Amino acid sequence: MFRPSHFTAVVLFALFASIVFGITQRATTRRMIHYGIYCFVLFVGSAIVLSWLMFLIAR
Amino acid sequence: MGACLIDGRGFLLPIPYSLNPGPLRYSQKGMAIEQNKNVAAGSGFVYLPLIAGWLVPGAGHFLLRKWARGALLTASILGMFILGIAMQGNLYSGASDILHILGLAGDLGNGLLFVFAKLLGLGADPVQVTTADWGTRFIVVAGLLNVIAAVDAHNLRTGRKS
Repeated sequence: MFRPSHFTAVVLFALFASIVFGITQRATTRRMIHYGIYCFVLFVGSAIVLSWLMFLIAR
Repeated sequence: MGACLIDGRGFLLPIPYSLNPGPLRYSQKGMAIEQNKNVAAGSGFVYLPLIAGWLVPGAGHFLLRKWARGALLTASILGMFILGIAMQGNLYSGASDILHILGLAGDLGNGLLFVFAKLLGLGADPVQVTTADWGTRFIVVAGLLNVIAAVDAHNLRTGRKS
């Protein structure tokens, strides 16, 4: 059984989803790569920001 | 003033827009216009990439000879599905309430992967650990991503996307 940490799961999820988003939502290779990176950063970045927010709220 | 014709009595007659659309003021590259459709659409069943892409992740792009895109889509969707199974994610089977119906709809997006996983008895029914809950989400999202990829293959086939 695969038991990743929460952050590892977030990174894996973001990686796979960003690849599909990049390929399907843009037409040229260059724009696909840019959009994929953009989605990945937003996925992981928003998870980190929301995690800190929840941590501060819970204190 | 637009383009005109002179009739037999010397009157000016405006040319209908359909005959003289005038100068092109925007790019039609990548749009589903007849010219692009004719370029992209060959012979054969137009929904084949859509159906193939749904049944087997990436197959729609392989049919259109988009090898790199197809390989990346296959790796991503298959990887997400396998990780979901490895995390003991739940494969929805019944439709007891609205959440289960939505989960089942997402799972069905995996096409044959879902069928084979069901036949092999993969996935866990009760969610007992946190990773199993994440695994369930991974499987559902893999199905939804596969639907997006299949629609993308259809758009490539019809010429809506270059």
